[in-house]
Amino acid sequence: MPGLGAVSGWVGRHPVAAFGIFFAVFPFLMPYKSLASQVLIFGLFALGFNLLYGYTGLLSFGHAAYYGLGAYGTGIALAKLKIGSLWLGLAAGPLLAVLGGAAIGFFCLRRRGIYFAMLTLAFAQLLYFIAFHLADVTGGDDGLRGIPQLPLNLFGWKIDLEGSLAFYYFTFIVVWLAVAGLKRILDSPFGTVLQAIRENGDRASACGYDVRRVKHLSFVFSALFAGLAGGLDALRLSVVPVESLYWVTSGQVVIMTLLGGAGTFFGPFVGAGTYLVLGDRLAVFTERWPLVIGLIFMTFVLFLPKGIWGTLVANLPGGTAAGRKSQ
Amino acid sequence: MDFALAAVLPQIFTGLVLGMIFVLLAIGLSLIFGLMTVVNFSHGALYMLGAYFTVFFLGYTRNFWLALLLAPLMVGTFGLLVERFLIRRLYGRSPDDPLLLTFGLSLVLIETAKIVWGKIGLTLDPPRELGGAVNLGFMAFPAYRLFVIAVTVVVLLALWAFLQRTNVGLIIRAGSRDPLMVRALGINLNRIWLLVFGIGCGLAGLAGALAGPMRGAYADMGVTMVIESFVVVVVGGMGSLLGAVVAGIMMGQVVGITTYFAPKLAEIMVFVVMAVVLLVRPSGIFGEAGLAE
Amino acid sequence: MASITRRKFLTATGATAGAIATQGLFPAVLRAQAEPLRIGCPLPLTGPFAALAADMQRGATLAVDELNAKGGVMGRKVEVLFRDDELKPAVGAQRTKELIENQKCQFIVGGLAAHVQMAINEQTKKAKVLFISTSQSDEISAKPDTSPITFHEALNPTITSRVMGTWIAQNLGKKWWIIYADYAWGKQNNAVLQDTLAKQGGTLLGATPYPLGSAEFSAHLPKIQAAKPEVIVSVTPGADNIAYLKQARSFGLDKTMKLAQPLLWISYLKEGGPELYADIYGSINWYWELQDTIPSAKKFVEASMKKFNMPPGDYGAYSYSGVLEVARGVELAKTTDAEAVANALRKNPVYDHFKGKEWWRACDNKAMQDMWIVKGRGPGKTKGDWGLMDIVAKVAADEKYDRTCAEKGHA
Repeated sequence: MPGLGAVSGWVGRHPVAAFGIFFAVFPFLMPYKSLASQVLIFGLFALGFNLLYGYTGLLSFGHAAYYGLGAYGTGIALAKLKIGSLWLGLAAGPLLAVLGGAAIGFFCLRRRGIYFAMLTLAFAQLLYFIAFHLADVTGGDDGLRGIPQLPLNLFGWKIDLEGSLAFYYFTFIVVWLAVAGLKRILDSPFGTVLQAIRENGDRASACGYDVRRVKHLSFVFSALFAGLAGGLDALRLSVVPVESLYWVTSGQVVIMTLLGGAGTFFGPFVGAGTYLVLGDRLAVFTERWPLVIGLIFMTFVLFLPKGIWGTLVANLPGGTAAGRKSQ
Repeated sequence: MDFALAAVLPQIFTGLVLGMIFVLLAIGLSLIFGLMTVVNFSHGALYMLGAYFTVFFLGYTRNFWLALLLAPLMVGTFGLLVERFLIRRLYGRSPDDPLLLTFGLSLVLIETAKIVWGKIGLTLDPPRELGGAVNLGFMAFPAYRLFVIAVTVVVLLALWAFLQRTNVGLIIRAGSRDPLMVRALGINLNRIWLLVFGIGCGLAGLAGALAGPMRGAYADMGVTMVIESFVVVVVGGMGSLLGAVVAGIMMGQVVGITTYFAPKLAEIMVFVVMAVVLLVRPSGIFGEAGLAE
Repeated sequence: MASITRRKFLTATGATAGAIATQGLFPAVLRAQAEPLRIGCPLPLTGPFAALAADMQRGATLAVDELNAKGGVMGRKVEVLFRDDELKPAVGAQRTKELIENQKCQFIVGGLAAHVQMAINEQTKKAKVLFISTSQSDEISAKPDTSPITFHEALNPTITSRVMGTWIAQNLGKKWWIIYADYAWGKQNNAVLQDTLAKQGGTLLGATPYPLGSAEFSAHLPKIQAAKPEVIVSVTPGADNIAYLKQARSFGLDKTMKLAQPLLWISYLKEGGPELYADIYGSINWYWELQDTIPSAKKFVEASMKKFNMPPGDYGAYSYSGVLEVARGVELAKTTDAEAVANALRKNPVYDHFKGKEWWRACDNKAMQDMWIVKGRGPGKTKGDWGLMDIVAKVAADEKYDRTCAEKGHA
């Protein structure tokens, strides 16, 4: 199909615009609006994870830590510290996540491979443990409740975000900005070095790049995106459950990224969308939906390791050349 | 007897039993990783299957000893099938792929167990002969738990003999050091890998079969165990069997003693110990240097 | 070309207009009649409490059948939509959103475990939907979590542990050791038990927390053995209960001490078996053998035996009552508006669906109810598949067992 090649080529060259167009109409494709918001938020979380795994080649087992720090940061700011501004409250989340990512990354990156992965898990479990037991601050295992739904103050206008469609578009703008940010990161020289490290870390080091510093920076950016997702989710759910920091959450983001296609631009969102919508719709019919998800995941690992979007990109006519870097 | 010792000795014994379960799981994981560089995330699910199969065979044969023998064999055989038809397809691809595949497999196995055996879980009782408690002087210790220690020691000795004294064992040890060389010598490594994966899974099944009468059989029983087993393996050093034994016993003690002195910290202690060990010794206690930095 | 007389024309148009007008009316009326009353029911159908959730599902289904057999509520059929919340707050919140936004549920009944209930509650408060919560939680009926449209049908740790603690101290022994799951519910029970023991003049020899779901108690038991309490009170929910009892018995603790717990659940007695639960004391909100003395219990048990070939359990009773209360509230208020229904229930707080008189306390929408002290029947003493407990005593409903309105933050 000739048209398809042109479309996929355009998408490859203008991924941020394509993202904007698709997700502007996305809520109307979903059975209900909150699901659309959830897809955006977990897509962002997976985006952060993908930066570290798909683009830098570092598999983290503890990424829930940054999502959780983001959620608790925003939640505590709004519910406990009673900060009256939505913007400040939302910013508190990723800020806390970045601090956490910088500190944890510093320790974990001293090791590689499975040892690196297990260290990231250990720190995430440590945070879980702290959140579980510091009940006065975090609500403990009952979760942090009482997060108010503040209106959005934009240039003097007060926009009420109570309705799920209004909240969706607020989330959409924030995530769109983040996606644009990611594009800038990937297109920069820093982004190229990231991918060089993924292909062969020793060679990148031999070329004179400070591999450790680049990895650390990638870790921190990854935590930033995950933390922003967490902050948005705190607003969406009005609670921060302690499970946000649990390793099961870390496992979910791995599945989503792989399902969509690691190392691709849209993979995280495709994966998050597939996982969440499938889970939501299947759960209506059967209690066995984890079985279906598990089987689908195994099938992908065996036969479609590039994931849904990755396989699509590899097989579309116009997609390959322009698409490889930014798709 | 000194009061402090009388209080702590029972704790040490209970920690020893915990440690034995860890050791069985960790050895299987370490064997598989050491030889095949495969991270088997379904280890916890196989542990669970070991417990369920024991209930199944017990119902069939009404003989606990027979069930204890058959269940791990069944899990091991299942492991052979998994290696042959699933994991073998992934060799030559990204090293993360077997990890991800076995992660998906664990989800499938847990759900299937719920379908086959119900959501609630099954009770499993030790045989009458092992039902009582043995007077150890400082405490009355359940006989079954002593049995678990005994069985693990026997299995470890048998495994050691197998690896040190047989030709196959020699190939396995050589293969984990230098797979390329072993292949170059004309040895069919595929069959060895099949066997090792089966043995590793069988050991996980044995751990589950032994743990069943202590904790019951339920679908999620392997979910935290797999994480803790990985911690043990990493502490001992991926690929080192001695490390798996030492770290398993050590972790059992860590849990036991922390539970006594600071019960609130018990669940996090294993991770703290792992983080400390890894930051001091990059590849775990007995792991090969260079793999991790 | 037939001529159309003016009369015929007027009659024809009049008839047509009339037909169109009534056509317009009828569908609306028909639609209103056909539009079912939807109740959303998030439950942990997968996960560690699946057995209790299955019981709750059966209870809610029986309530719906009963309502629809009577012609529904205000002429509308009742539907319950079940969703799996996996015992996770985030999933519970998401499913509640789906039930309200996508399925247009006007009421939510359900929730097991405090943290999930509260996440569900945040969503129902936001959407202004009435929520009747059906499992233990101290916070759900207190400020800041509660709201005028949040109702709590189930017992809570305060009531349960005050009642059971008092009974244990007066009947089993005054030197205790408490072992409790280290999370909110466990800690709350532990605190109330200790407080109650002190008020009864007893002594606490020790209290041991353990991580929820860990199933490995062996590390704690030698310490307890050495301390020699008269009673070990265990706050061990779900599958932990079975693992704990197994291990406690295997260490011989049951030979020298009494074992008791704040709550017993019939689903776990069934799973664990009579040998495991023989002479274990606990409290319960309802047990099917009460049908011998309580008419509404008899009706409930009969319906369950007929449809499911098994009696309902303690948690099934909560959901059964919750759904029936929604119906009663709607009938009283003549609307599905949450605030109106809530006010109607508070104005007419007394009801009796399965265990005799219950009533909603006005300040916190808490269901005040009778409860019973029970103990497990040993092997050979059980009656049929489900006759697993002996009723030891009844504890009549009394507001003094719960925290006061002031203590909960209500004026």
